[in-house]
Amino acid sequence: MRKDFRMSAVDLALLAVAALLALGAYAIPFGRQTAARPLIYGASAMLCTVLLLLGVAVLAGQAGVSARVLPIGLPWLGSHWGLDPLSAFFLVVVGMGGAAASLFAIGYGRHEGEPMRVLPFYPAFLGAMTLVVLAQDAFSFLVAWEVMSLLSWALVMAHHRTEGTAQAGYVYLLMAGFGTMALLLAFGLLAGPAGDYGFAAMRAAPRSTTLAAVILGLMMVGAGSKAGLAPLHVWLPLAHPAAPSHVSALMSGVMTKVALYGLIRVVFDLAGPLEWWASPAVIVMGAATAVLGILSALMATDLKRALAYSTIENVGVIVLALGLALAFRANGMTAPAALAFSAALFHIFNHAAFKSLLFMGAGNVLVATGQRNLDALGGLIHRMPVTAALMLVGAVAISALPPLNGFASEWLLFQSVLLSPDLPQAGLQIIVPAAGGMLALAAALAAAAFVRIYGVGFLGRPRTDAARSAVEADRFSLAAMGVLGLICVLAGIFPGVVLDLLAPATEAMVAARLPLQAEQAWQTLVPIAEARSTYSGLLVFAFITITSSGSAWLVHRFASRRLSRGPAWDCGFPSNLANSQYGAGSFAQPLRRVLGSILLGAREEVTMPPPGSTAPSRMIVRLRDWAWEGIYQPLAAAINTVATQANRLQFLTIRRYLSLVVGSLVSLLLVLTIWN
Amino acid sequence: MELIRDLLVQGVQMLVVVALAPALLGLVRKVRARLMRRRGASILQPYRDLLRLMRKDVVLAENASWLFRAAPYLIFAATWVAAALVPTFAFGLQFNWTADLIAIVALLGSARFFLALAGMDVGTAFGGIGASREMMIASMAEPAMLLAAFSVALVAGSTQLSTVAEHMATEAVGLRVSLGLALVALVIVALAENARIPVDNPSTHLELTMVHEAMVLEYSGRHLAMIELAAALKLLLYISLIICVFVPWGMAGAQSGVLAYLAGFGFWLAKLALGGVALGAFEVSIAKMRVFRVPDFLGAALMLGLLGVLLLFVSRSL
Repeated sequence: MRKDFRMSAVDLALLAVAALLALGAYAIPFGRQTAARPLIYGASAMLCTVLLLLGVAVLAGQAGVSARVLPIGLPWLGSHWGLDPLSAFFLVVVGMGGAAASLFAIGYGRHEGEPMRVLPFYPAFLGAMTLVVLAQDAFSFLVAWEVMSLLSWALVMAHHRTEGTAQAGYVYLLMAGFGTMALLLAFGLLAGPAGDYGFAAMRAAPRSTTLAAVILGLMMVGAGSKAGLAPLHVWLPLAHPAAPSHVSALMSGVMTKVALYGLIRVVFDLAGPLEWWASPAVIVMGAATAVLGILSALMATDLKRALAYSTIENVGVIVLALGLALAFRANGMTAPAALAFSAALFHIFNHAAFKSLLFMGAGNVLVATGQRNLDALGGLIHRMPVTAALMLVGAVAISALPPLNGFASEWLLFQSVLLSPDLPQAGLQIIVPAAGGMLALAAALAAAAFVRIYGVGFLGRPRTDAARSAVEADRFSLAAMGVLGLICVLAGIFPGVVLDLLAPATEAMVAARLPLQAEQAWQTLVPIAEARSTYSGLLVFAFITITSSGSAWLVHRFASRRLSRGPAWDCGFPSNLANSQYGAGSFAQPLRRVLGSILLGAREEVTMPPPGSTAPSRMIVRLRDWAWEGIYQPLAAAINTVATQANRLQFLTIRRYLSLVVGSLVSLLLVLTIWN
Repeated sequence: MELIRDLLVQGVQMLVVVALAPALLGLVRKVRARLMRRRGASILQPYRDLLRLMRKDVVLAENASWLFRAAPYLIFAATWVAAALVPTFAFGLQFNWTADLIAIVALLGSARFFLALAGMDVGTAFGGIGASREMMIASMAEPAMLLAAFSVALVAGSTQLSTVAEHMATEAVGLRVSLGLALVALVIVALAENARIPVDNPSTHLELTMVHEAMVLEYSGRHLAMIELAAALKLLLYISLIICVFVPWGMAGAQSGVLAYLAGFGFWLAKLALGGVALGAFEVSIAKMRVFRVPDFLGAALMLGLLGVLLLFVSRSL
């Protein structure tokens, strides 16, 4: 060892990853012991906290940008790892999500039926996600990416006997393989004929804008399929809910963000400049994904599946912001590009926090009732008060309502949409306002979706005995949710702090940053200029707190404080049947008729028995997934046909096999001769 | 000294909006009654109703949770804060920069979110029907309102309401197609959001198409008073918003004298009364829609808002 060897940030991060991988290995022989679970999850939580702090230190300028080459991997390349501001930002996301999920799992993991199907993979999955973020050459990146995919697949398959899980795992594996193939092609194009797979060399190599656009397209397929971009999203609502809830939280909250990291790293950093015409496709895909995702979330009756669909919506919002940043950057408008890009990163951070929180709440509900079906829940606010309160924080945050964090990032995005009339291209001038309208629609639908999820699941009267006898979750689970809830509130009240922290990453990608927010009075956000737009989450929070508590005090002090309980009024006809309440299906009915009939092909079939008959009347709602029916099923059918035809090759005589071999050899040689 | 005066003006604005909101509601009811050749209750009747409700006991449904009890105050607070941030009689109030037009729309969204949750809390069919329909209406109205806000922001180069009003008061704006479209969109949204007649009927119960009243059916006493006050505030907010963006003339400038403030206040009162009369007259002259016609009505607002924004993207002078 050299004398001047000093631990840099990336070395520490790599050590933490090594420890995480070692934890996974430790679980293989020792995972069955009762002490192993808290040990593994506790250690994972601590290691993730280290990663989180490392990321913050680099972003805050406390630790310099560092790199490390390890002599593993390809012999002539080694493996390059590094921690620059962009990696550091995503390290924060991975660390925050990982630490919270691990803390949650200390309590939640107790209910795991087959711990050996989770424990070895879980810490290694965290480690693999960190490695993706740290990788600085294509080989390491792809290996880490594949390991991450496979480990998450293994975690999805943890409850493999549950109905639907096997299919979810199969679809996920196929999509992951397909995505990696696109990534492989993208990196092949980036490396060029010289075949230099280091990120530094890729960054330096000159590249035509057309080639860069092709790479963008491949990344949208490769990273987009992992992130859940429509129409490559079909696996996500199957696989994310099938996993154990702390893994669902990680997959939705963190792994989709790691996928977006891949997209950002290649498109903004490595691929070089892009022409403006590359951006409309990104913007349109983002906007379409957002609306389609949240509309599907509104229709889903499975709690975890609805949350997974909402992840698709948020990924769409983030991709829309990235597309705007690309459009601005291509026109040399660095300040608006910085605004859109900051909005994307801020939303990535926010979504990691509140989506993890919501999945954890869903996990608590699942443990307490054994139910994921919203129509089997109800009234949980009485029996699980802390979970319900924390879920409410998450629901308000994800519905983009002030003063919580979801609103702050969407507000920034709206501000960047409003800067787009300065774009010179007519094409963008038509697309961007339409995308802004779609974004507003998605935000409003998100509020409807979460009123539905929360109102049906947590409010009202219990619909089943399971919901009636639910008990509150353990304190580890609640502590993890509490930490995330606090982050949602604090990031909403002090958005400037987060924006200042992620400014180095923005600066590295779009060569500009937002003005320093720390100097503003009252934590006001001033993205462009004070006369243009300002928003102070702190003051809005303070005003709401003061006016609501003040008015409550005044009313109780001077008007009346008496209260009596009675049966519900319900216009004079209260019903004792819990099923007389609005359920998940009935809540969604107006929007299903208005928007779902067009966008999701929703059809209602009503069978009414004739008068006097005692047969039940039925209503069946059918939804269609255009992507599934239009792309996947024909594709699967085509593959099936080709495979059936190819199957004949198995039953040939030896003579025919030999002639086949000779024939292909001759034709290949012919091709070669003509080529030369 | 200046700071104290600014704070004072802001405080006056906050108190004025909450004090005048029931009167505006009373005025609308009075106009409706007179146009139907009834005498109608006094304009002050909403104040009496509120006081009566305030003094009564709360009868809480057995199943109601803490959310149900906290929601009225949260709804009132969010609406009040939003209403206090819309410039009424003067530009450049002390806290105008706290939230811009987008944030005000979202604050109203927060209030609606909690109202819909409160509707679902007791677990009755009516609460659910109201919440479900309210969210359906909101998911069309909110984007329409944001698009109208975009048009206004693009013309004024700011989403800051105070700056917008100041810009709109200048001669340079003139008549614009995009602003006309935004105004129509905003009026439609205001009708829908305030549960006014073509969308919802504020004065009926026991009607299968009711939306707002269905959500608040389980509320009584002081809770109901807070919600009614918040609804009145919301109506005042929307009319003030339309005034401040489209007819801002006569508003007092920032840091002006007492006389200017008084004049601005007078202008605002007159415009507010005009708005109330127009609303009442409109309501008696139109029939209520079937609930599944409402999306078409709001879809028109959405399209008008989008058209306005598109026009502005194509040419800044339209």
